[in-house]
Amino acid sequence: MSAAKGYFGKPMKRVEDPRLIKGIATYVDDITLPGMLHAAVLRSPYAHARINNIKADAAKASPGVVGVFTGADVNDKCGLVPCASPMPDSKIPKHTVLASDRVYFVGHPVAVVVAVDRYAARDALDFVEVDYDPLPVVSDPEKALEKDSPLTHPEFRTNVAFTWSVANGGLDAAFKRAHRVIKQRMIHQRLTPMAIEPRGCVASWHAGEGTLTLYTSTQIPHLVRTLLPGMISVPENRIRIVAPEVGGAFGSKLNLYAEEALCSHLAQRLGAPVKWIESRRENAAATIHGRDQIGEYEVAVKKDGTLLAIKSKTLADIGAYCQLNTPAIPTLTGLMLTGCYKCKAMRMDVVGVYTHKMATDAYRGAGRPEATYVIERLMDIIADELKLDPVKVRLKNFPKPTEFPFDTLTGLTYDSGNYQGALKKAQQISNWNKLTKQRDAARKSGKLFGIGLSTYVEICALGPSKMMSAGGWEWGCVRIEMSGKVTVITGATPHGQGQETSFAQIAADKLGVPIEDIVVMRGDTAVAHYGRDTYGSRATVIGGAAILMCIDKIIAKARKLAAHLLDTKEKSVEFRDGKFSAKGKPKKALTWKQLAPEAYVAKNIPQNWEPGLEASSFFEPPNCTYPFGTHIVAVEVDRDTGEVKIVKYVTVDDCGHQVNPLLVEGQLQGGIAHSIGQALFERTVYDENGQLLTGEFMDYAMPRAKDIPEYLMDSTVTPSPSNPMGIKGVGEAGTIGATPAIANAVMDALSPLGIRHLDLPLTPEKIWRAIAPVKVK
Amino acid sequence: MKTVVNIRVNGVEQKHEVEPRTLLVHFLRDCCRLTGTHVGCETSICGACTVLFEGKAVKSCTLLAVQADGSEVTTIEGLAGDGRLHPVQEGFWERHGLQCGYCTPGMIMMAVQLLERNPKPTREEISHAIEGNLCRCTGYSHIIDAIEYAARKIAEVKK
Amino acid sequence: MIPAAFDYLRPATLDEAIALLELHGADAKVLAGGHSLVPVMKLRLAQPKTVIDISSVADLSYVREQGDKIAIGAMTTHYDIEASPLLRDTCPLLTELAPQIGDAQVRNRGTIGGSLVHADPAADWPAAILALDADLEIAGSNGRRAVKATEFFVGMMETVVQSSEILCEIRVPTTARSVAYVKFAQRASGFAIAGVAVVVDGANKTVSVGVTGVAARPYRALAVESVLRGKVLNRDAIDQAAGIAAEGVEPLDDIHASAAFRAHLVQVNTRRALEVAVSRG
Repeated sequence: MSAAKGYFGKPMKRVEDPRLIKGIATYVDDITLPGMLHAAVLRSPYAHARINNIKADAAKASPGVVGVFTGADVNDKCGLVPCASPMPDSKIPKHTVLASDRVYFVGHPVAVVVAVDRYAARDALDFVEVDYDPLPVVSDPEKALEKDSPLTHPEFRTNVAFTWSVANGGLDAAFKRAHRVIKQRMIHQRLTPMAIEPRGCVASWHAGEGTLTLYTSTQIPHLVRTLLPGMISVPENRIRIVAPEVGGAFGSKLNLYAEEALCSHLAQRLGAPVKWIESRRENAAATIHGRDQIGEYEVAVKKDGTLLAIKSKTLADIGAYCQLNTPAIPTLTGLMLTGCYKCKAMRMDVVGVYTHKMATDAYRGAGRPEATYVIERLMDIIADELKLDPVKVRLKNFPKPTEFPFDTLTGLTYDSGNYQGALKKAQQISNWNKLTKQRDAARKSGKLFGIGLSTYVEICALGPSKMMSAGGWEWGCVRIEMSGKVTVITGATPHGQGQETSFAQIAADKLGVPIEDIVVMRGDTAVAHYGRDTYGSRATVIGGAAILMCIDKIIAKARKLAAHLLDTKEKSVEFRDGKFSAKGKPKKALTWKQLAPEAYVAKNIPQNWEPGLEASSFFEPPNCTYPFGTHIVAVEVDRDTGEVKIVKYVTVDDCGHQVNPLLVEGQLQGGIAHSIGQALFERTVYDENGQLLTGEFMDYAMPRAKDIPEYLMDSTVTPSPSNPMGIKGVGEAGTIGATPAIANAVMDALSPLGIRHLDLPLTPEKIWRAIAPVKVK
Repeated sequence: MKTVVNIRVNGVEQKHEVEPRTLLVHFLRDCCRLTGTHVGCETSICGACTVLFEGKAVKSCTLLAVQADGSEVTTIEGLAGDGRLHPVQEGFWERHGLQCGYCTPGMIMMAVQLLERNPKPTREEISHAIEGNLCRCTGYSHIIDAIEYAARKIAEVKK
Repeated sequence: MIPAAFDYLRPATLDEAIALLELHGADAKVLAGGHSLVPVMKLRLAQPKTVIDISSVADLSYVREQGDKIAIGAMTTHYDIEASPLLRDTCPLLTELAPQIGDAQVRNRGTIGGSLVHADPAADWPAAILALDADLEIAGSNGRRAVKATEFFVGMMETVVQSSEILCEIRVPTTARSVAYVKFAQRASGFAIAGVAVVVDGANKTVSVGVTGVAARPYRALAVESVLRGKVLNRDAIDQAAGIAAEGVEPLDDIHASAAFRAHLVQVNTRRALEVAVSRG
């Protein structure tokens, strides 16, 4: 499909926007059902404690309270919170929806109050008396591996949750052969996703039908529908999950959470709909966190900068238990550790460690930002140690465009790429020579000015089913209605990414109809019967391809009907610009509006032709997609305060063909903003007692408008061979590419002071401590 | 003890009996069923709950409904007149100033007040004005574009 | 986050408000704009039985000349100060500081009096109030009393205003343009980690320096002031004086800035504020 004609490739404004900008969209907290009750969850103030006793009488007597439930009341009715990706040697604790005899992180749900309104529910929380015996806490993953460490789960007698390795090539030989071995330890700080809409759900039980409807702020209604029967013993075919508008997720709503099962159970138990909306403090404490790895990295290089091998020992702090994909996240780091470079050997050993903190899981980029950060920092450190140009070191190690598809040491096949092209273009746009001169001049005048770049590749559009725990396909359905209007249904669950628009663009071109005739439906398992939802930058690539498959089927079917109506042979029917005509007789053409009534009235159809114009499809991708690009960043560091100012930001990203460049730009800019936060100030802080110190927006700093630089953004187009449109995912590329570029720029700025590496976030205080003339205790 | 609170919301009198502790945002969402105003952080940082109170942008999660008794409030639902979008709404649509849309109503209400006070803001002034509005999706650049678009549009209409 | 239940009273006069405060004692809280009190009530850190809303009390929101001073009603919002032409001309430190408070919505609603009485150690106003040596007028059942800014702040979240009193007016002197407020903000909340307000009185060769965010209580950097008294404010003098801006102070220490970093930042910002103020003189 070419990018030049029709809707595909056009920067179109979004069809989903009017309801959102008018304030008439429906998020989960906007839903009110008749007789609806409100739940509030009492959470542990301790990181680790034994629960001796819970007294709920006073809470039960509080005005408006319908019921108060503890673990003893509900845990045998709700199964365990699932982990879908355990490792062979995983030790998985029994994670009940409410704590049973022990709490093991601050925010651990202990009891739930159900009342007539949210105020009454909140009031009653203060009257639930819990008798806790505090137990020893470990919140530092390295201490958790020490011999006498407190245990997160004493029954395991260790804090090691799992181990995982990936290795290929002759590592020892490569290190022996190396001219230089460079070591660096790096810490990937814990981050809190902090979607502006917290989580929440409304559960409704229809006793007569025996059906459950759960409205929930989730990225994955279909996976929730698959998993929930394992917890509340309502079969899958009696469960409807609705993800209404979702106010941001970034991976944090790619999970089945305790509260979703709990509310589903309570709605059944109480015979009334139950709503639960998370407070911000709950969101910070009990919705998954991201990153949190500590790695020792070693690279073997030749003196010309050729990369020979890389190895790593990584601790992944997974928190107190495994959420849905917790163990899988560091494996993505391992798979992408070699970045966009050729390499002879690699090895990564991961130890997943339990600590008394919230579980980590997929947060924007999910394991890949760690990989890109490591390899791109290392590229700069290699260049620095060998006194080489960081651009040349990268160019030396890139595979050539002709080497694609490129097999990596970790068993992946990068589908397509031209890393040199993106780098060259970014250098041009950044006015590279002038920029380096600007740096020289700034340094001469005593300023701390730095330029950083990152050349990234990432794995997305996850992915072929063989590498996913529950299928990596996507489902779609297209129906030409009797009126000729088109209904497109996707099993991907967009929640802000704009597929109501981009899928309509794809379908309108393929069907040859005006985009206004198309509606894209999503997010409700009663409408989108099957799906694998939105995560891993997969929706447009895999979901879009499923839509195309449907349309191919419909066109093939319609061709038979058209042949019948045009009184010609099927193979002489041509389909062009939304019209079917007999070869050589374009004037007597049939439009969808003409065909559709015939297809449904079904009085004049070919023999054995099934009425209707509808098709559904599962698209199984042959491979993931591997977008790439170059980010170039220039920063100035304030010598007095350590503050970093981004003075130039250039990106050239390649996500293959772009369905809607406006949406691509939005995804990239949003992703970069997350990186600005990660690189410069975001961090989740627990103290040594496991108390969360960044539990509100007052304490967890996120980027504001003033932190955003003016971007110079461009792209190259290297189509993906893995899908019919030649597109690649772009939802996480910004976050994956940007963080190392910013970090490298800051480190370049500090390099004249002899500073090689500082861990993120590069806060003013951290920089000040590093550059202060007198060392600070 | 409940008390009657009477607020003119989007030009319509809204009289409801509420507890004095009822937050303005809950009065709007639960009593008036105007759910376009959102709750994000609850600590008056994120601005998702921004409405115009007597013409001034305020965070309705940090205001009691009783404090607004007898006054005028405009919410996102009251912005489009005669079915036509306000130029700020139009700007957000044209310039892809939103993704998930959750922060958007508050962001738009803040921008409306900004352009009333400063019809030709620089990009830096826009950034300063929306300091109390967090967006986790867009990375802000398109929001600033959207507000610039709206400023131009309003100026054109005035001509 | 929802406040605990309370009774709500909205007196029409100051006397009535004070009488109500006397009646309800420590169980009552005064509500001004609500931007300090409502958040702590939502966190249930404050659970007053009675809330006395003084927004209907007449004549508490104004900026006006009063003799050689400018009088500001306690209920004047941060925005009204930011936008006051009178203050821009006569006391520009306040119009420079105001837009650095919180954000636009908070400034529309929060009041100077409410902020001062709340006495958050990281609030912005105290730095200016101290540097300007403002007078704060407090009304109680025995009439009104005025205290100096330096006497106003007692400790963290604590002032001389008693539970049955109401801060009603802040009086500041008129100044030349040689003033400045330089702030290093806590990134998440926008509160000050080190906020330094400076007034340079060129005629009398004195400076006054108010500091907020650094210690449990905002303070006047008296050591800096005394070193610079009568001096020519050149670069060396400023550098030297700024170096003692944290002297005798026990800086706060938290995840946002260590005590050492706060002590450093107050020196940097004292220097910068002095440089800016001098450049405006």
